[in-house]
Amino acid sequence: MSALLHGGWEWIMAQRWLLAVLIAMGFALAFAIPEYNLFNKYIQLVMMYVGINIILTVSLNLVNGYMGEFSLAHAGFMAVGAYTAALLTQKVIPVAAHPALFPFAVLAGGLVAAILGLIVAVPSFKIRGDYLAIITLAFLMIVKSVIENIDTIGGPRGIPGIKRLTTLPWVFFWVVVTVWVVRNFVYSKYGRGVLSIREDEIASDLMSVNTRRVKFLAFMLSSFFAGIAGGLFAHLLQFISPRVFDIIKTTDILIMVYLGGIASIAGSILGATVYTVLLELLRPSTVAAMLSWLPEVIFDPLNEHFIQHLGVWRMVIMPLALVLVMIFWPRGMMGLREFRWFVPKRDLAAHHPLTAREKKHGIPNDH
Amino acid sequence: MTTLSEGIVYWLQQMLNALQLGSIYALIALGYTMVYGILTMINFAHGDVFMVGAFFCFLAAVYLGLPFVPTLLLTMLGAALLGVVLERLAYKPLRNAPRVSAIITALGLGIFLENFTLALAPYPKHIPALLENVTWNLGGVSLSSLQVLIILLSLGLMFLLDYVVHRTPVGMAMRAISWDKTFVPLMGVPVDLIISVTFAIGAGLAGAAGVMYGLAYPVIDPYMGIMVGWKAFISAVVGGIGNIRGAMIGAFILGGVEIMVTAFFPSTYRDFVAFTLLLLLIVVRPYGILGQPRMQKV
Repeated sequence: MSALLHGGWEWIMAQRWLLAVLIAMGFALAFAIPEYNLFNKYIQLVMMYVGINIILTVSLNLVNGYMGEFSLAHAGFMAVGAYTAALLTQKVIPVAAHPALFPFAVLAGGLVAAILGLIVAVPSFKIRGDYLAIITLAFLMIVKSVIENIDTIGGPRGIPGIKRLTTLPWVFFWVVVTVWVVRNFVYSKYGRGVLSIREDEIASDLMSVNTRRVKFLAFMLSSFFAGIAGGLFAHLLQFISPRVFDIIKTTDILIMVYLGGIASIAGSILGATVYTVLLELLRPSTVAAMLSWLPEVIFDPLNEHFIQHLGVWRMVIMPLALVLVMIFWPRGMMGLREFRWFVPKRDLAAHHPLTAREKKHGIPNDH
Repeated sequence: MTTLSEGIVYWLQQMLNALQLGSIYALIALGYTMVYGILTMINFAHGDVFMVGAFFCFLAAVYLGLPFVPTLLLTMLGAALLGVVLERLAYKPLRNAPRVSAIITALGLGIFLENFTLALAPYPKHIPALLENVTWNLGGVSLSSLQVLIILLSLGLMFLLDYVVHRTPVGMAMRAISWDKTFVPLMGVPVDLIISVTFAIGAGLAGAAGVMYGLAYPVIDPYMGIMVGWKAFISAVVGGIGNIRGAMIGAFILGGVEIMVTAFFPSTYRDFVAFTLLLLLIVVRPYGILGQPRMQKV
């Protein structure tokens, strides 16, 4: 049975055209779901948060997973993107032009975040490891502090009443763009450079990898997509303040990256989805709705003694589950592995002899 | 005694406040730096151990009605136990796992401790005054007995730790393990025990910091450990992570910078100036003040 399942999975992963079909279906669904209300508003909202979290996770994985640094600045880039986009739609772009110009506001947020990403990349030339982690943490705190001290953009009060312009198709579009760009980058010449920096920076420098340019590009791409996610997030939550983008937000993204596994796009997609959905599933109202088919004799006491208290305890259960996952599964769900869909054909071909040998010796291969 | 000029009095007063804040940071930073020195792992749950320490202090002072000294000892013991339990249950299984798994586990444990405390104690708690606070006036500088106690007690604990690490067999074992993990066990050093002792000492010091923080700033809540913990971590890095004396120096520098910024600028600039200085310092001295650059071999 399990061999059959495994074989089936192998077969699906080998059909590369399926990915294109899935993306097309995804787009069709992204337009259809809000149009015909196929799911209720709450599920649509969760889907959009899942999408935004996938963008954040995949882009952070580029620096923390593929390049092997430990950046804590992702929420800072997200804040920059969110504030740029929100200020553009609130103060610059007239209301009538909102739907047409909203994508450009998001794009502008991403670009500003990318420029700041370059600034963080510069110290990373000299500094590595925990010290670079501190620099990124300092960057996050400085961004937060600067926003708090500029009164014209709301200071510590933030920007309330942002128009809700983020829609499911836009989120899906940016998820596809993020995955596509990061995947192509990782399997490009520069991507090899990124991987070689993770394995050994000095050696890769000696092998004539231009580590500075590679780091510039990686940090810029990563922060660009964090800024995009921030813009989408601001126009979904409809309220942003410096407190939204604090160290706790970064911790959330880190957890999604390492839960999914480093250096894996598939892992990041899975990690972000599983984490976001599980947190939503543990909400009292969701659990109550899921168990409402139970007879009243069982449901009522369960509801009264257990489900109603879940609100406080879900943030206790979740990190505990994370710790257990890390202990029994230290590489996360897909650490250093990848769906074959995302791997270019020439790489699969390069690995083929190895795969054949693994099969012969009965070593399970990595898909 | 002639009164000093106002400027100097203000400076002295702020220096005193800086010493108080710096000693609390230092006690927490020591835990970070000791664990890093021995396992090269950042124990991000450490700031939350400090928070739990403050809550232990609250429990001992309010529910058991204990006076200061037993409260302090009980809190340190409780925090040390918590540290050992975390190490044994969560970090030990991950000792040979990829480094990031341990970091994420630590982050997860931190969130767990915060929210577990929040679930049990939903509202901020107020620690009662355990000691009679006397304020002396020395030529315009007001000096409270609480401040003196916090500074002296912290310095005492730091010197004790310095003695333990540099002059006792346990300390020698710690330094040996941080030097080399492959051959030291072959010399008969009980590695697991020494690592647990390290966690116990670090967490106990964080517990003591929790008591002192609770006495100096009596309102405690489950999220108080986050910022204080990160700042203590920064202190440890500024001093050169893994270096115990460096952590103390870094903590006093950070405490000093924070207090001075608040004294001379609007207080909302505190984090901005403190973190910018930190950034510059790391760019100029990437290994911290007392840290040694490690040779990287290819």
